[in-house]
Amino acid sequence: MSSTTNSTLSGATTGAATDLLQIDNLGKRFGGFVALDNISISVRPGERLGLIGPNGSGKSTLVNCICGTLQNEQGSVRFAGRRLDGATAHQRTRLGLSRTFQLPRPFASLSLLDNMRIPLLYTVAARGGGHLHDVEARCVDLLREVGLEDKARRLPRDLTQVEMRKLELARAMAAEPKLLIADESMAGLTHSEVEEILALLQRLSAQGVTIILIEHIMRAVMSFSQRLVVLVSGKKIADGLPNDVMRDPGVERAYLGQ
Amino acid sequence: MIFSFDLLVNAIVSGILIGGFYAAVTAGISLSFGILDIVNIAHPAFIILGSYVVYSINAQLGLDPILIAIIMTPAFYALGAVIYQVYYVSFEKRGQEALRGLAFFFGLLFITEVLLVLYFGVDYRYVEARYIGPTLHFGYLDIPLRILVPCIVSLLMIAVLELILTRTFVGRAIMAVAQDQFALRLLAIDPVRIKRIAFGISIATASLAGAFLIIIQPVEPSVGRQYIGRVFAICVLGGMGSLPGTVIAAMLVGVVESLTSTFYGPSWAPAVSFGFLLLTLAVRPAGLLGR
Amino acid sequence: MRTDVFFIIWLAIGAALYAWAVTFGNDYLFFAGYVVLQYVVLATAWNILGGYCGYVNFGSAAFFALGAYSSVAIHKFHPLPIPFLVLFGGVVSGVVGFGMGYLTLRLRGAFFSIATLALAVVLETLVVNWDYVGGSRGAYIVRPETIEPFGAYIKYLFLIMLVLAICAITVARLIERSRLGYGFATVRDDELAAEASGVPTLRLKLIATTISGGLMGMAGAPFPYYIGYLQPSSAFGLDYAVNSIAMPLIGGTTSWVGPLIGAILLGSLQQIATVTISSAVNLLIVGCLLVAFVIVAPSGITGLVRKYLPYKPAALVGRRVKKDASGSAPGVAP
Repeated sequence: MSSTTNSTLSGATTGAATDLLQIDNLGKRFGGFVALDNISISVRPGERLGLIGPNGSGKSTLVNCICGTLQNEQGSVRFAGRRLDGATAHQRTRLGLSRTFQLPRPFASLSLLDNMRIPLLYTVAARGGGHLHDVEARCVDLLREVGLEDKARRLPRDLTQVEMRKLELARAMAAEPKLLIADESMAGLTHSEVEEILALLQRLSAQGVTIILIEHIMRAVMSFSQRLVVLVSGKKIADGLPNDVMRDPGVERAYLGQ
Repeated sequence: MIFSFDLLVNAIVSGILIGGFYAAVTAGISLSFGILDIVNIAHPAFIILGSYVVYSINAQLGLDPILIAIIMTPAFYALGAVIYQVYYVSFEKRGQEALRGLAFFFGLLFITEVLLVLYFGVDYRYVEARYIGPTLHFGYLDIPLRILVPCIVSLLMIAVLELILTRTFVGRAIMAVAQDQFALRLLAIDPVRIKRIAFGISIATASLAGAFLIIIQPVEPSVGRQYIGRVFAICVLGGMGSLPGTVIAAMLVGVVESLTSTFYGPSWAPAVSFGFLLLTLAVRPAGLLGR
Repeated sequence: MRTDVFFIIWLAIGAALYAWAVTFGNDYLFFAGYVVLQYVVLATAWNILGGYCGYVNFGSAAFFALGAYSSVAIHKFHPLPIPFLVLFGGVVSGVVGFGMGYLTLRLRGAFFSIATLALAVVLETLVVNWDYVGGSRGAYIVRPETIEPFGAYIKYLFLIMLVLAICAITVARLIERSRLGYGFATVRDDELAAEASGVPTLRLKLIATTISGGLMGMAGAPFPYYIGYLQPSSAFGLDYAVNSIAMPLIGGTTSWVGPLIGAILLGSLQQIATVTISSAVNLLIVGCLLVAFVIVAPSGITGLVRKYLPYKPAALVGRRVKKDASGSAPGVAP
């Protein structure tokens, strides 16, 4: 049972039919180790959800289960009403689920432009069922969104840290997702760099993309999220308005006690 | 297919004994592939090299083959350390071990084999030792000493190896480097040095395995190729890096090969271990005693 | 340059080459040339899975031998013209490639490579025990001395292999320049990220193993006619495995040019070495070159040329210089 300490923090776990993402009783173990224990979360379309928790709490495992990189043993993931059981990662991306990786994973032998090309050719084109026009122009546009159009022909190894993060986000956005999971996109960045990424995410949200932000940088999470979910040791211990969650003694204990 | 009980018992027993030897052959791979994730497919070539070194010294000085191998272990260790250094600088550091690292070892396999052919020729070579001729008889059970002795020494070698890995500092560092290099660095231990030591030990086992091989059967340069699939099959079956698992898997493969050879003919034997491998990979990549 | 133009140009080059070889007067040129062209096909085929996708196949000999042995099997039943055998060999090897891929491609790269070795041995054992195709005793293929309008039979075989080689490099180039080429590059670079971007990695890998295996089988299909007496040890010879890996790695793995250069250079070198020195030294040279290149020049000869040549021909760079409205675009960056 998910242990919420206060009923006002339990959030909408029953799940409305209009939820974009619905996670029910998700469980995942690695051998004897329980990585995720009965996780239930619902995300409404257009929502900005923050997901926080100490290292090792299962955030990345959760993302991997949602996106299909790992298969959960218990529970289910529903996206836009349909169950994702057994769907491969690329199928989920084509349905509209996009993610970035904690450590950016660009395609190292392809230029930035070609990195953008991949989601266009394999996700957007696959959805449309046919050919795309002006693929190259669209790639440049996507790079322009994140301010990388000058480096379009360069390789990822020529990029700075923050530029890599932007590339990662741009590539996720190239797939034209309904839901984007931004996994620690701001880790290790300077104050102004964090602001850049935050502005980018806010722009995306304004365009209607549902965003799950996984972050350790608290001010970013607090300013960005409409709702906050806290994961500790594989369990959800809080789910509600950011200010309420942060004042919850259970959350305080979990963070300070770690 | 003539089925008789004593044929069956002899097949099983010799299978187990050969399995003990297979475990020694595979121990090096358990270290380099199972623990360090280095696909050293040239390992069998180093074993053959060990066989030839043992042969040369045995022919010249008449020393016991296993003794020769033990004396030669430092040399093989050094060879392993050098090879790892080249591998690390050229591939691991650059992140290119997938394609080019593999090709590197493949090339080494060939170079070693061809050099042996050029130097020793393609004739079969064998060694002389007191235990190579005699056979023990227990009723209908025949146990040739030349198979029993390598098996026993091989199991000893593996026991020593297991002690090193679990009881010594270096050994535990080796186990740790497979799991968390960063943590090792925090302890001011250089992961590269540890891996170099591990790989050196891996090749050092080839020296002994080579001695066992040439005691059991005459050797010529291309014999190593039969072992490529065998060692990886046993390593995977045995759980990738678990030495006890390797022993069990090796004996299992030995018995099945022996039974196949006895009842279906030796021409089917090579397919056994490889078939095993394919099956294991398809069904349970973590092996029997999975990591 | 569009693919059909490329194909026609190469056919013209091939025709000129053939004409020159005929006027040269020495039939040995055809025998040696056949082997080199065979390696062009094998190296190009290997590179589709190895260089483009990053999956190392140690069992090239198995697919080659499958092609050879399906020819033998058909020949014993009822001899058929070689072009048909080539197609059949390609289908058999392609199907086996697909099957092997299906069994092993969910595994990590290293396991896949080991599995290919295992497969080669299993197949060899099956063939050795299959008496219909001669088993370990081998099989004789009686071929005619001459065939109209080419004259000596070897000229006919040479021509077939020439056409096959041109088809192989055309297929490779076609892949490079298509969406498939991009997909393969992502499989090589980062499969996890590829899946997250919508690339169906398993499907692409299966396509690669099927095409690669199929081409290798096609290269093997005429072999029994070339050699006259086919034994498992020669068909499954490990030198096919080394060469099909060494040639692309030495030539360069990022485009169709690399395997072509590697095969021509290394293949010719070996033909000369086998005649002048021994075949053992042959393999030693290949092994040493492989190790040297892999350590010192990982991008192969094409990589070295790219670095030191001021003018970069589009073929080497692997990128089309002129943009195209349809948006379908070039292969991978240098």
